[in-house]
Amino acid sequence: MSLGPYTSFIVTSYALVAAVVLWLIVWIIADYRRQQARLKEIEASGVTRRSGRSAADIR
Amino acid sequence: MKLTETLTDLANPTRFLALTARILPWLAAMTAILLAIGLYQSAMAPDDYQQGATVKIMFIHVPNAWLSMFVWSVMSVAALGTLVWRHPLADVAAKAAAPIGAAFTFLALVTGSLWGRPMWGTYWEWDARLTSVLILFLMYLGLMALWRAVEDPSRAARAAAVLTLVGAINIPIIKFSVDWWNTLHQPASVIRMGGSTLDKAFLWPLLVMAIAFSLLFVTLHLAAMRNEILRRRVRNLQMMQASRVAFTSEAGAGPKEIGAA
Repeated sequence: MSLGPYTSFIVTSYALVAAVVLWLIVWIIADYRRQQARLKEIEASGVTRRSGRSAADIR
Repeated sequence: MKLTETLTDLANPTRFLALTARILPWLAAMTAILLAIGLYQSAMAPDDYQQGATVKIMFIHVPNAWLSMFVWSVMSVAALGTLVWRHPLADVAAKAAAPIGAAFTFLALVTGSLWGRPMWGTYWEWDARLTSVLILFLMYLGLMALWRAVEDPSRAARAAAVLTLVGAINIPIIKFSVDWWNTLHQPASVIRMGGSTLDKAFLWPLLVMAIAFSLLFVTLHLAAMRNEILRRRVRNLQMMQASRVAFTSEAGAGPKEIGAA
């Protein structure tokens, strides 16, 4: 598959989209893990929700 | 009736979290499959008789441009949910969508610029379409800054909702800018009166990529909403923890003499 004289523009566009989408995915997963860790840390210190359910439980 | 019941059910963050835990893996899998099909079709699409292979940039530029406007529209509906119906998840939905919308808008601007250089001879032109999309990007950044600047989530929610609804005026301006003004950007060629002017060899990969990116947005948005709900739980528990510490230290200090200097 030849992309002609403008290969660099096409490849840069696709690479940039891939990079930003991957960054979004990684950022959201890392944020989820961070919030779960903070919830577990706070609950370990003895503070719990009024319902008695674990705040980190999402099921 | 059924829809109202579903919306009421989803107003409960715990039920919402349980639902997202069930559907997120399926959504992620469907997104990955559709993206793979769309990318394959884009790679196999023929060159355009005028643009050559640069037409392949269209398959990523157009979905990102559509989503940049769609995400703001979703945030506008959520803003109404915050101000009118006071739906507990409306603000969560708007706040979670903003960074994703900003990323899509950024990609629309940059891929458009990279497509414009070989086709128009310039990376940038201050025409109505490009400028209005740049304004949309700046509005996303402004909203994100507003949410970060106001500590109380309910106060930030109302201010952000008003700003989002005011900013919604930019969406029809972006859409019709190519008709209202003389722009370097081409007029609409897919969603227009009289049908698409695109050949099927380009239209199908474009539609598959558009559906794939829309599913990507839904997946990322639900995951980001889940994070936001957990972040608010962290905040609530931290406040309970702080008030407990304050109460304990106050009780430990014993009764204080009122009016003591």
